[in-house]
Order: sequence, then structure tokens, then C-alpha cells
Amino acid sequence: GKTRESLTYQMDALFLGKKEIDGVMLDDLEEILITADIGVNTAMELIEEARRKVKRKELSDPSALKELLKKQIRAFILENDEDAALVMPEQGPFVIMVIGVNGVGKTTTIGKIANKFIQSGSSVMLVAGDTFRAAAVSQLKIWGERNNVPVIAHKEGADPSSVVFDALGIAQSKNVDVVLVDTAGRMHTKDNLMEELKKIKRVMNKKLPGSPHEIMLVIDATTGQNGISQARLFNDAVGVTGLTLTKLDGTSKGGIVANICREMKIPIRFIGIGEQMDDLRDFDAGDFVDALFADTNQQSR
Amino acid sequence: MFENLSDRLEGVFKKLRGHGKLSEENIAEAMREVRTALLEADVNFKVAKDFVATVTQKAVGREVSGALSPGQQVIKIVHEELVELLGGVTEQIELDGRQPVVIMMAGLQGSGKTTTSGKLAKMLKAKGRKPYLVPADIYRPAAIEQLQVLGERLEIPVHPSTTDIKPVEICHQALKEAEVRNYDTLIIDTAGRLHIDEALMDELKEIQAAIPLSEVLFVADAMTGQDAVTVADKFNSDLEVSGIVLTKMEGDARGGAALSIKNITGKPIKFVGIGEGLDDLEVFHPERVASRILGMGDILTLIEKA
Ligand SMILES: Nc1nc2c(ncn2[C@@H]2O[C@H](COP(=O)(O)OP(=O)(O)OP(=O)(O)O)[C@@H](O)[C@H]2O)c(=O)[nH]1
Ligand SMILES: Nc1nc2c(ncn2[C@@H]2O[C@H](COP(=O)(O)OP(=O)(O)OP(=O)(O)O)[C@@H](O)[C@H]2O)c(=O)[nH]1
Ligand SMILES: [Mg+2]
Ligand SMILES: [Mg+2]
Repeated sequence: GKTRESLTYQMDALFLGKKEIDGVMLDDLEEILITADIGVNTAMELIEEARRKVKRKELSDPSALKELLKKQIRAFILENDEDAALVMPEQGPFVIMVIGVNGVGKTTTIGKIANKFIQSGSSVMLVAGDTFRAAAVSQLKIWGERNNVPVIAHKEGADPSSVVFDALGIAQSKNVDVVLVDTAGRMHTKDNLMEELKKIKRVMNKKLPGSPHEIMLVIDATTGQNGISQARLFNDAVGVTGLTLTKLDGTSKGGIVANICREMKIPIRFIGIGEQMDDLRDFDAGDFVDALFADTNQQSR
Repeated sequence: MFENLSDRLEGVFKKLRGHGKLSEENIAEAMREVRTALLEADVNFKVAKDFVATVTQKAVGREVSGALSPGQQVIKIVHEELVELLGGVTEQIELDGRQPVVIMMAGLQGSGKTTTSGKLAKMLKAKGRKPYLVPADIYRPAAIEQLQVLGERLEIPVHPSTTDIKPVEICHQALKEAEVRNYDTLIIDTAGRLHIDEALMDELKEIQAAIPLSEVLFVADAMTGQDAVTVADKFNSDLEVSGIVLTKMEGDARGGAALSIKNITGKPIKFVGIGEGLDDLEVFHPERVASRILGMGDILTLIEKA
């Protein structure tokens, strides 16, 4: 996690000494937005609207342009029906199921969220719902040890639904506050794997009605336009209630999540900014949008 | 979600009838559509810009062949150029020369290095090589065990690495062990790292300085967006990568990162990963990926024949 001092560097360099908005400035802004993975169509839409406003003389001040764009992108992110913070049920375990394509950071995020809940005094249990990938169970067990919390696991190759079924029973009997369910990474285009996910969800809801309370989709910040397809297909299959954006400690901006939020009205809960236990932050739309416009090379210094 | 590029180009050229040649103006409008298609496919902004400039030059003044509409003509030129840039001939792993051959995998976190190490070992074993898998990721929880499990499944030996030994030392020991046991191909699986993490990038440079590497494969996720160029450029300038592996290609990503990475590094894309299974590794086919980046499949084969 680098400091965000120079985040607005690129924007400021662009606006330096300019008193009026010109075509070059608009083109440069379009480039900044596209390069942040916000998508060519969204970028062109935003810039076209700005261009129209300039023509109609509703906009002439470069810094007002900057604010307008930021405001619009913030609106994509914040216009959702759900609470941005996780809301725990009145009683019984709070069950979070973590899903996403391969290698985005699901298991690591679970380790970090566990730490967060423990810090706030909750009891936590981890569930090894990835029975497929080599050493996935061991990986989660190490996160369990780091957090000093129990990990419920079956053998590799077991049916993930049965692990989850058992785990929820144990969680209820032991009055565990928070249950974090890891799932195997899967390509959103693989129907059989999406069916498996639906089954896991059904089994949970049967064992503990109302659960899973949160279905968290993890998106890797390096992801490009495919992020939309991921969100759409996972949402169609099981209904996504929150997002976590990982690997924001790199140089990618993760702009695709603005489009995901815009289209699917899903709140972003957390960002991942490293591989360690405390590298998780609450998502802040203002900081995120500022960073979209920031100079990557400056940020990495 | 995306309107097909060929439909859009037909739209562009519908407006201009009776042109025997592709003129600068009608090309310019077509190229705006091409640019949009490339950006939708995650081709990097600057790479797309350069590409369009090159193709424009090649297209202007070309006679429109009788069998093709102007739109198809443009697609043909664009596709040809893409295939050429993605790398005409299929490249193989370097197995000749100094033995044992040592291959090092490198890339960002979660890109698929460990899985690809297993797949590659399997492929090479089938070719009669004697691979030795070397876990050199001492950071990620259970990374060594992950490779051990793959080795067991494949019945391929795995070096007994432990997390208390520095990766460069692990590689040294593994190389010695391989010489004793007559393993002819070492595959070193390194930890995922950010290109901006200088300490960890130095770790790879240290391995490279100490061990005679035949190949350094940069493993990248096919779903990567605009930043692919930044990452690939840094790995390549630090390590002088010898080839690229694009993973997770079986999904629905358009795979523009392939062009971005190829363009910035100039290195061949050697393999693509098309699944989690240990057989899911293929050699790279530039034509297929070019069609995919343009968001079109079969129409192209028709145009190719014309
Ligand atoms: N730099 C960085 N690396 C991360 C972050 N989150 C996870 N990682 C790393 O990304 C890699 C993959 O993380 P995992 O947690 O195993 O991902 P996963 O989604 O569970 O992967 P599968 O279960 O194989 O689908 C590991 O090397 C993690 O250390 C992050 O926020 N920043
Ligand atoms: N769908 C699909 N998944 C793949 C492919 N290649 C690897 N994976 C999966 O991607 C995830 C990450 O793969 P790993 O091999 O652990 O990646 P890595 O680069 O070694 O990760 P780190 O060591 O944490 O940096 C795992 O779930 C793999 O099964 C592929 O071609 N297609
Ligand atoms: Mg996992
Ligand atoms: Mg690995």
C-alpha cells in the first residue's frame, strides 16, 4: 500500500496552466479513463457529455470538468440499493460466501476478513469449500492458524456442499458469530461449476435459513472488460450482494468495477492492498475515483 | 454485448457507394470502429493507437477486390496485421543446448504459474524428457505443497523445498540434485509478485544470475486489462523474458492483453492455458486469438478464402 499523496498528479499536470477546456484536454482525459479500465464506451460517453456541455457553454473551467467526471463516476458506484457496510443478522451466525474466477484472491481475502472480525471481537470459523484445487485446504488452514480460528474441512475431492452443510451445523451449535466460506475458483462460463455454486447456496439456506447472508464476488484489479461478464454471470447464478476489489497495491486502477456497480448496483465492501493479513481496507468511493485519475508511475515511486 | 465489428464496418461503408479504392476518409471512419473494437478487447490504449496508424497506411489506396465488400477488405487487412503482430510462427520451448534445461516461471500473483508448471512438466514428460519440479515460492501459504500435489498426480519428482531456505539456494540445490539423478528439465515455480516490488524482482534477478536459465516464461492472465503492458514491460526489462504463457483462455475474455504483451515485449507467446486440468495447455495460435480480439470467428475464414 503506497501513500496516495501524488494521486492527482496526472490530472494536475494535464490542467497545469490551462484556463480553458480544449479538445486535447478532452482526448487526454478519455485516455486516462480508458487506461484505468473503465471501458471505451463509458469513457466516450462521459467525454461526449462533457464536450456537449463545453459547446453549450455550460462548462468552461478545467477544474469543474475534473469534478464533474469524478462526480459522475462516483455516482455509478454509489447508486446501489444496498448498505455499503455489512449488516449482521440479529442472531445466529453471519455467513459470508466468497466467490470468483480463478486466482483473484478469494482465500487470501477470507484470511483478511477473519482478522477484521476478530479485531472487532467476533468469533470466526472458516470453511474449506474449495475441495478441488491442489492444496487449497492447506492454504486455508494456514490462514486459520494465523487467525487462530477453526477451519472446517473434508478431504480433497469431497462435495463442497457437504462440507458447508456440516460446517453450518457446527457453527450453530458452537454459537460462532461469523462463518467465512471459501469456494473454488471457477470460470463464470462453465455451466457445471456454476450449478455447483447454486447447490452450495441451496444447501446453506436449507441448513440455516437466510444464509448465506453475503455473497461476495472478488474481482482482481488487473481485470479488464471481462469483469463485466464475470459479475453478470455470477450474479445470474447466485446473486452477488457485495464486491471486494483485490490487488490494488499494483499499478492497475480497477476501473471496471465502476461499470459493474453501474450495471448491477452492487456495493463494493473492501479493497485488498497486499498479501498480508492486515492488507484489507473498507472501500472509499472518493479515494477510489481520485486514484483512477492518478499517474501510475508517480504512485509506484 | 458488443455489436460485431464486421456489422459496424458494413454500416460505415454502406454510406459510400461506388468506390473502387479505399480512400483516406472512408478508412478513417472504419478505423475508429477498429479502435473501439480493440479497446473493448482490452488492447492497451497506446498499442491500439499505433496499430490503427499502421493499418491505415496499409489500407489506403488498396484496390477493393471484387469478391470482398470494403468492410470485409478492411477486416482482412486488420486481421492479417494482427496475426503478424501476434507472431507468425508457433514457438517451442528451448530444449537443445546446455543440459539440464532450466525453465523459470514468473508473473503476478494468481496468474497461473504453479498450475502451468505442472502442465508443462506433463507435456515435456510426454515428449520423453525427465522433468524436475522445483517449488521456489516460500511466501504463499501452501505453495510448495500445491506443487507437490501436482507432482504426485503426474508422477513427476518434486524438489523437497522448505520455506526456510532462500529461493536462490533452493534452485542451486535442485540443480545439483537434478545432475545427480539425471533429470534433464528443471521447472522452477516462483512466487507471484508485483512488478513494482523491487525487493522481490531482485530475488528473480538473483536466481537468473546464479542459475543458467534456458527459458524465463512470463505467465499472464488472459483477462488482464490495460495494465498488461506496464507489468509485462517491467518483467521483461528486469529479466529478459524468453516467452509468454497466457492462462485462463477458455473463458469469454477477448484477450487483447495478448497483443499488448506481445507488442511491448516483442517476445513470443508460447502457450495458452485453457483450463485448470493438467492437460489444459496448448501451443499458441495467432489466427485464433486475432479473430477473438476482433470478436469474430467464422466470418474470417470466409474472408481469408476470398
Ligand atoms: N498483491 C496482492 N496480492 C494478493 C492480494 N490478494 C491476494 N493476493 C495474492 O494473489 C494470489 C492468489 O490468491 P488466492 O487467495 O489464493 O486466490 P483465490 O481466488 O483463492 O485462488 P483460487 O482458489 O486458486 O481460485 C496469492 O499469491 C495471494 O497472495 C492483494 O490484495 N494484493
Ligand atoms: N480456468 C483456468 N484456471 C486456471 C488456468 N491456469 C491456472 N488456473 C487456476 O488459476 C488459479 C491460480 O493458479 P496458480 O497456478 O495457483 O497461480 P500462481 O500464479 O501460481 O499463483 P501465486 O503462486 O499465488 O502467484 C488456480 O485456481 C488455478 O487452478 C487456466 O488456464 N484456466
Ligand atoms: Mg482459493
Ligand atoms: Mg504459485
